[in-house]
Amino acid sequence: MITSFIGVLFDGLAYGSLLFLISIGLSVTMGLMNFINLAHGAFAMLGGYAAVVAMSRLGVPFLPALAIAFAVSGVVGGLLERVLYRRLYRAAHLDQVLFTIGLTFMSIATATYFFGPAQQPVRLPEFLTGQLHVLGLDLGTYRLFLIAMVVVATLALTYLVERTRFGAQVRASVDNQQASVGLGINVERVFSVTFALGSALAGLGGALGIDVLGLDPTFPLKYMVYFLLVVAVGGAGTIRGPLIAALILGVFDVAGKYYVPQVGSFIIYAVMVVMLLFFPAGLVGRRT
Amino acid sequence: MSALPTLKWSKFEVAFWLLPVAAFFLFPRYLTLGSQILIAGLFALSLDLILGYARIISLGHAAFFGLGAYTAGLLARYGLGEPFSGLLAAAAIAALAGWITSFLIVRGQDLTRLMVTLGIGLMLFEAANQASSITGGVDGLSGVEMKKIFGVFGFGLDGKTAYLYSLAVLFVVFNGARALVRSPFGLSLKGIREGERRMPAIGASVRRKLVAVYTVGAGIAGIAGALLAQTTQFVGIDVFGFQRSAELMIMLVLGGTGYLYGGLLGAAVFMLLQDYLANLNPVYWQFWLGLLLVLIVLFARGGLMGGLIALQHRLRRSSA
Repeated sequence: MITSFIGVLFDGLAYGSLLFLISIGLSVTMGLMNFINLAHGAFAMLGGYAAVVAMSRLGVPFLPALAIAFAVSGVVGGLLERVLYRRLYRAAHLDQVLFTIGLTFMSIATATYFFGPAQQPVRLPEFLTGQLHVLGLDLGTYRLFLIAMVVVATLALTYLVERTRFGAQVRASVDNQQASVGLGINVERVFSVTFALGSALAGLGGALGIDVLGLDPTFPLKYMVYFLLVVAVGGAGTIRGPLIAALILGVFDVAGKYYVPQVGSFIIYAVMVVMLLFFPAGLVGRRT
Repeated sequence: MSALPTLKWSKFEVAFWLLPVAAFFLFPRYLTLGSQILIAGLFALSLDLILGYARIISLGHAAFFGLGAYTAGLLARYGLGEPFSGLLAAAAIAALAGWITSFLIVRGQDLTRLMVTLGIGLMLFEAANQASSITGGVDGLSGVEMKKIFGVFGFGLDGKTAYLYSLAVLFVVFNGARALVRSPFGLSLKGIREGERRMPAIGASVRRKLVAVYTVGAGIAGIAGALLAQTTQFVGIDVFGFQRSAELMIMLVLGGTGYLYGGLLGAAVFMLLQDYLANLNPVYWQFWLGLLLVLIVLFARGGLMGGLIALQHRLRRSSA
């Protein structure tokens, strides 16, 4: 009983860290540019397919394939930001929603066209499969690897935002765009770079997540709610908020599906509606 | 300009309503598609009230459509197949659900509203999926048997009754909605749309009006759902699907928000396009759908109605 509980908790944490890794870019886009991007999952899917193609057609090993996923999503994200997203920063939220639903549909059709509707398989390298015995518990090696990756990514991100000059520019732009422009910060460039970085992290998450979340063309739609949830519940524009929200969400989802499978995903949506009722601005609101 | 807008019909409106009547005689083989268009139009009309007039972004409007569909479907399945009472019951259930959830909606801003409507829609989808003993689950609810309208006109295979019934319901509800948006209440909704913060200053309660319009919109969506259940005598679980909510939004913005007619026009164009393109390849259809949305947002924000009105203005100016 206790072991299964710890196992569920562990799986939930791994799942939650993955959600966090994918959603953090969305949190920044919403916090920084006040842009509702429903197509964020498409960048994760892109990363997933990039990794799959790199591994199966080009014979690249798993770890470099993750780097490729990161790079491809980052570049495509940056390009789209320059060409398309930028035009809609000042548009109404409705326009952003419609526009990004359109992009999502296009990404689904494009993925189906190139890769077919089936789930993509992934072959994990030997050293990441199997179980690890820790304190009498059997923990999946890949799950541990996932959590470790996300811890590293979070630390790097926190360092970037809290300690570097670029991070200071990002924080200043989030807090007050006009004043930042006035101080000579190139807010447009800050936007582009953060958007590309967020897309890259989503791509990394998508590639890492093939084994956990699966990868098929409906990915952006299937998980859209989860990503939005992490950001809306956690509070846009922070790192800590989405992290807490993603972990709560991951644990609740895995536990719900394990203990009360007949209720299915119902629990998550109920938790979300309740959380949004009590924290309309997210768990961790930004200082204003 | 101080007087209220009148309810007088312009010649464009009369001409518009003659189109579906003409279609009945001209295209007797496409009446099933015709009823689908009319139902989608009614559904789009319900979203126009809350999106076009009250600027509430909803990604889960299918929740009310589905509630209406299951209400009418279940009633008819258990022997209460009289069409009009089914419509009323569906409207009542959907409106009740709309009224209850509206209090969650009015609390938040755009993002929260979007999430809450999306969440409610998904919750109902899951609920219908799990309660398969009542709803039939993924197999859908079959065995919906409709009684004859007025005890005379049965829902036959030729689709004539279904078409005329849908058209009549659409026309009646449309008139109600048209009167509503031209009433002082409708004007105050426009006021909220243009400047939500200023409305309280002139003594209007924003909250109460949003609750009211959301409830009405939900009720009309319920009627649309009920029409679908009654005319097809079947309810699939996709009535609650996200795809339905998303396509609904596309129809509405394609036609143009905030005119009431936009939804009807958008539904017609959308359904005809879908009928044509989806037959070629359903996957490509989704691509074109997405592209259409992107292009509308970037270049044609007013939709078809916006374009038509601009055209009308230009013609008037050139003739004057």
